[in-house]
Order: sequence, then structure tokens, then C-alpha cells
Amino acid sequence: MVDVKNVSKGYGNKNVISEVSVKIAKGKITSFIGPNGAGKSTLLSMISRLIAKDAGEIYIDGMDLTRCKNNDLAKKISILKQSNHINIRLTVKELVSFGRFPYSQGRLTKEDRKFINEAIRYMELEEIQDKFLDQLSGGQRQRAYIAMVIAQDTEYVLLDEPLNNLDMKHSVQIMKVLRKLADELGKTVIIVIHDINFASCYSDYIVALKDGRVIKEGTTDEIITPSVLNEVYEMDFKIEEINREKICVFYS
Amino acid sequence: MKLIYLVISFIVLSITSLFIGVQNISPLDLFNLSEEQAHILLVSRFPRLVSIILAGVSMSICGLIMQQLTRNKFVSPTTAGTMDSARFGILVSLMLFSTAGPIVKMLVAFVFALLGTFIFMKLLDKVKFKDAIFIPLVGMMFGNIVGSITTFFAYKNDLIQNMSSWLQGNFSMMIQGRYELLYISIPLVLIAYLYANKFTIAGMGEEFAVNLGLNHKQIVNIGLTIVALITTVVVLTVGMIPFLGLIVPNIVTMYRGDHLQKSLSHTALLGAVFVLACDILGRIVIYPYEIPIGLTVGVIGSGIFLYLIMRRKAYE
Repeated sequence: MVDVKNVSKGYGNKNVISEVSVKIAKGKITSFIGPNGAGKSTLLSMISRLIAKDAGEIYIDGMDLTRCKNNDLAKKISILKQSNHINIRLTVKELVSFGRFPYSQGRLTKEDRKFINEAIRYMELEEIQDKFLDQLSGGQRQRAYIAMVIAQDTEYVLLDEPLNNLDMKHSVQIMKVLRKLADELGKTVIIVIHDINFASCYSDYIVALKDGRVIKEGTTDEIITPSVLNEVYEMDFKIEEINREKICVFYS
Repeated sequence: MKLIYLVISFIVLSITSLFIGVQNISPLDLFNLSEEQAHILLVSRFPRLVSIILAGVSMSICGLIMQQLTRNKFVSPTTAGTMDSARFGILVSLMLFSTAGPIVKMLVAFVFALLGTFIFMKLLDKVKFKDAIFIPLVGMMFGNIVGSITTFFAYKNDLIQNMSSWLQGNFSMMIQGRYELLYISIPLVLIAYLYANKFTIAGMGEEFAVNLGLNHKQIVNIGLTIVALITTVVVLTVGMIPFLGLIVPNIVTMYRGDHLQKSLSHTALLGAVFVLACDILGRIVIYPYEIPIGLTVGVIGSGIFLYLIMRRKAYE
């Protein structure tokens, strides 16, 4: 379980996150939603130790994040951010292999290779595994990065806007994979996501942030209601049930 | 390009290099060398060959490490002010410790090279405009500022002639007793091999490195220290060899990709081959005189550098 206690973070004299406390359950998909500038990515970065918090505490399975060794954390929690995507001439397979770095320090064992091949298969990248990343489309590249995170085989998988730049087909594919990670492999998945309907259809819990604070959290059913969403986004939502999925209509 | 072709050309050029020169020694003489020929081989030809190989290998690897760590294909010891800073350090050591041995000179120059490189990295952090061409320009400007400070103090202290010998790389001075400092680069290159994976990861950004459990800052510092030390040793013994750390790694990563573990051996070999070829060319063009390596590498290198920039434009 991730336990965030009274965490704050500011830049200059502006608080991006103010005294946020939230508990994230194991083995589920939790989505962070909220308008731009709500502090979703900042919170995710703090949970994944990418940026330091100013105040408060974060515990992962009862361990204080700041007291953990970096390499041990790399086996427990993985984070994928949009800014990780740089143009580097690595093949898909090389990239995915780096996911095993915390375990092997670069000398891949048989077991490492098994994980790498599985991750590649999981993301359906077999055919392009020897291509360079800079030859791929945005969606293929995103899948390659996610495959790397899968190869890293951490209990906690954190993704910052994993659907960015993806078309519908690949978005669905990736959300299905995340669902499988949680349901079949028991991983805890935490994502920052903008598309409210993907959040509604695929997450177990939703944490709604606004102006650096958690304004609502709960199961998907509790959050995907017109009144809550109206409070979060300050606009009107109609929610329809289609095939037992709650779909938000907000385009007009 | 296969590794085997590089190995073959490396061996052929190495042998050629041994038997080119005013004193006529042919490979056939090898088994009944006159005393004079043996002396030449041992005191001049062999040290020259070794220093060419060491300088070529280590400077190319320096460039590769720098490009990886800065994530910019156009950063190298020449375009980041490292070489100029090392030269400034040599001047300071000449001024303050004029009687000091080569080790002290090296240490002073190394401290300066390291400082210069870190200043460049700090500049890099501050620069908002991360264009691939803009950053090496900033580095070159920085290098030229350091260079002009060097020239200023060299004039004041009548050390211009001394300094200009470090301005242009030259292998003709490489004789026994003057090149041994270059051996320091061997353990450094080996360390670079050990850190190959970590440099690759560090090159993918701080967040990426932290995610995989690496201490990003530490890796960058180790990389830059290796670069500064190698550059110092090369500038101090051979002199400045411009563009070497730029073009060789660029050519290699074009076909090998950015995985250091895969590209290091190629970079090392191509570096040696390139310098050997340039050196041999410089020795035969105006035979029996020779053109210093700084010039041949500079001319050929800047040509290839221009081509790389053009190609990049076309690619986008």
C-alpha cells in the first residue's frame, strides 16, 4: 500500500501540492484525475521519488520512501513519464532490457531474458523488437517504454499520462494491458490520466485533485457522478450507462 | 561496417605507420635491423604508433561519453571547452610551477579541464534553448573565451611559443620519454567500458536513471572526470586534436545505435584508424616534411562535421 501523509510541495512561494493525504490500495488501478495544474504529475513524481517533497511522509508497504536505497526502490516501484521519451538510437529490445538493470546491473541472466521476452510479447512488439526507437511511431514507442516498465517487474507501476499521443486503438490496448497487470499479476497501477472515460472504464479507484488538494477520492462509482465531476472540472457532465460502463458526456 | 574490417584496417595502418619516415626501414629489414634502424624503431616509430593509437582511441571514447551524457550529438571535448580549459591549466602550471615535472603539470591542467567541463555543464542547465546546434556553439564560445584568456597571459609572460606547441596536435615529437603519460588513458578507457551501461542509462535523462535505481549525478561526474583526465593527458603530450571526439562517435552511432556497450569497441577502433590514416597522410603529403596531425584531422574532420550537420538538416 502507498500511504501519503500530509505531503506538500511548492515552487517559489506557490504551493503545487498542499497537505495531500491519500492511501492507495494494492493490486488495483488507481487514477489521478483533475484539471491542468492540479498537481497530479507532481504527486506521482513524489511517490516515485523523482522529485523531493517539502513536507510530509510517504510510505510504501510501511517503508519510509526517503530511507530506502535507490536500487531497492527500483525493484519495487517503476515510473514512466512523458519526459522520458527522448530520441535515442536504441532498439526496442535494448530498451526493454534496461528494465532489468536494477536486478542484473547490465549482465543479463537467463531469467532476465525471460522477463524481457515476456514483456515484449505482452506489448506485442515481437515484430519490431530489433528496430531503433527513432524509427517507430509514437504509439509503438510508447508501447516499448511500457514494455520496459513491465520487464522491470515492480509491484508498483506508475504512469504519467500513458495515453498521450495514442490513437483509440492503442489507448484501449494499453489500458487492457494495465488491467491485466493488476488482475493477473497483482500489480498496483497508478496513472495520471486526462480522458475521463478511460478512467471510468478501467480504474478501480479514482483520486480527484484540484489546486494541489485532493477534493474527492473513492471507488470509480463514487467519483463518476455529475456532482463530483462538476466540482472537479467546473463544467456540466451527463453520465450514461452503456453496457454497464459509465460514460461521461461533456462535449457540448 | 563489420568490426573485422576495422580490425584489418587497424593492423594494416599500424604496420604502415611503423615503416613511413625519412629513415628508410622496410618490413623486410625487420629480421636484420641495423643498430640505427632498431634505434629509430624503438625510440621514435614505436612511441609514435602507440601515442597515435592511444590518443585516437581515448579521444573518440571521450566524445562518445560526452555526447551520451549531454544527449547532444555535437558535444565533444573540442566543443565543450574541455580542451581549451586544459590548455589554460597548462599555462597556469607553466607560470606558477615552471620547474614542475609532467605529473604536476598534468594535475593542474586536469583540475582546469574538469572545472571548465563542469562550467559548461552548468551553462547547459541554464540554457533554455536546447537546440542541437546551439549548445555546441555555446561551448565553442566558452572555449574561445578561455582560449583568449590563455593567449593574453601567455603574451604577458612570454610563453606564446610554449603555448602554441599545445595548440596544434603533433605526433612528430612523440619519442621515447615524451609520450608515456598517455598510458594513463588505458585504465580510464577500461573504466569507461565498465560504466558503458550506466552511461547509456544516464544519457536517457535523470528521471529515467532514477527509475532504474541509478545515482544520475554520480554517473555524470564519473563520466566527465574520465573525459577531463583523458583530454588533459592528450593535450599535454600530443596537443589539441580537434573534432576527433566529434566525428568518430557520430559515424559509429549512426550504424551501431546509442547503446554504449555496442558502440564502444567500434568507436575505439575507428578512432585509432582515423588518426592513423590522417597521420600517415600528413607524413606523405609533403614528404620528407610533415603536416601536424592537428591540421589534417582539423581539415578532414571539419569537412565531415559539416556533412553531418547537413545530413541532420535533410533528415529532419
